[in-house]
Amino acid sequence: MILVQLFCEFFKAGLFAIGGGLATLPFLQEISQSTGWFSQQDLLDLIAISESTPGPIGVNAATYAGFHTYELFGGIVATLGLIAPSIIIIILVSKVLEKFKESSLVQNIFYGLRPASTGLIAAAGFSVVLATLVSVTDLPSDPVGAFNWFGIVLAAGIYLAIKKWNKHPVVYIAVSALIGIAAGYLHIFG
Amino acid sequence: MKKLWDMFLTFARIGGLTFGGGYAMLPMLQREVVEKHHWATEEELADYYAIGQCTPGVIAVNTATFVGYRQAGIAGGIFATLGVVFPSIVIITIIAAFLTNFAELKVIQYAFEGIRVCVCVLIFNAVQKLWKKSVIDQPTMMIFLFVFLVSAGLAVGQSFYPELFSVSPIVYVVIAGVAGVVLHGGNGKKEV
Repeated sequence: MILVQLFCEFFKAGLFAIGGGLATLPFLQEISQSTGWFSQQDLLDLIAISESTPGPIGVNAATYAGFHTYELFGGIVATLGLIAPSIIIIILVSKVLEKFKESSLVQNIFYGLRPASTGLIAAAGFSVVLATLVSVTDLPSDPVGAFNWFGIVLAAGIYLAIKKWNKHPVVYIAVSALIGIAAGYLHIFG
Repeated sequence: MKKLWDMFLTFARIGGLTFGGGYAMLPMLQREVVEKHHWATEEELADYYAIGQCTPGVIAVNTATFVGYRQAGIAGGIFATLGVVFPSIVIITIIAAFLTNFAELKVIQYAFEGIRVCVCVLIFNAVQKLWKKSVIDQPTMMIFLFVFLVSAGLAVGQSFYPELFSVSPIVYVVIAGVAGVVLHGGNGKKEV
C-alpha cells in the first residue's frame, strides 16, 4: 500500500516541478513533512549525495528518498513515479509537434526558441563557473584570493585538451577527478 | 528490439556518466546522440532542452523521452527514459544502503574539486557547439544575448542579494517563441 502512495507522491512531484532537478526539492520537503517517510536530515544527506553521484539530481533524490521509505522497491517505485509524468507529457508534446512540424508558425517559434535555449544553458553554465572558480561575494574585499586558481589552471588545461583530442567527455571527467584527488592529498588547494 | 536495447544502453551510459544534472548532460548527449548514433541533430537538442525546461519533470528525463520517442515511438521513449534513470537507481541504492557518509569522504570531496571544474569546461564547450547552430543571424543573436544577460545577471545579483527575484525559464521560452514569430515571420522568409 505504501508503494502506491509513494508512487503517487512522486508522480505529483514529477508533474509539478518545472525547470530541472533542483525544482523537485521543495516537493520532497513537503512529502517529508506530510508523511514523515524520511527526515529533514535525510533531505540534507540526499542533496549532498545527489550532487556527488552521476545522474540527474531529481532522479537521484527520488531514489534516495524512496529507499529511505521502503528500501530497494521504495527507491524504484519513487523513481518510476517521478518519471511517469515526463514520459506521458513529452510523448503528447512530441505527437503534437510532429503534426505541425511543417507549419511555418511552429518553425518560426523554434527559430526563436533555439537561441533562447542556448542562452539559458549558457547562463546556467555561467553560474556553475562562478560557483566553482570565483567567490563573487569575496571579490570586492579580496580580488586575488576570491579566485580558485587551482580550478582556473585546471580548466584551461582541460579546455586545451578537448580542443586538441576531442575524446569522450568521461575521459576528461576521470582525469580531472584523479587530479582533484592528487591535489587534495598534496594540499594544493585550501 | 535491438534498437530499443541499444537506446537503453546508450542512455544508461549517458545517465551514469553525467555529473551535475540536466545541463551537464548536454556534452554527453552531443557525443552519444548527435555524433555517434545520429538520433538527433544539434538543433533538435536545443529544441528538446527548450521544451524540457518548460514542461514538468527532470530535464534529463524529458530529453531522453524526446529522443527515444522520435526514434522508436512510445517503446523508444520508455526504454530511453528507463535507461537514463537506471544507473541512478543502482548507484543511489548502494550508497543509501551501505555508504551513508559517502558525500563526507575526503577522497570523494577531492575528486569533486576536479570534476566540478571539468563540468564547467564541458558545458562551455557544449554551449559553443550549440551556439554555432542556433545563433545564426542578427535576430537570434539578440534573443541569445537577451536571455543570457538577464538570466546570468539575475544569478550574479542573487549572490549579493539573495532575496532578489528570479525568472522562470518558461517566461524566457515564451518571450523567445513570440520573438521568433515576430522577427522571422515578419520578413516572410521560410526556413530551409
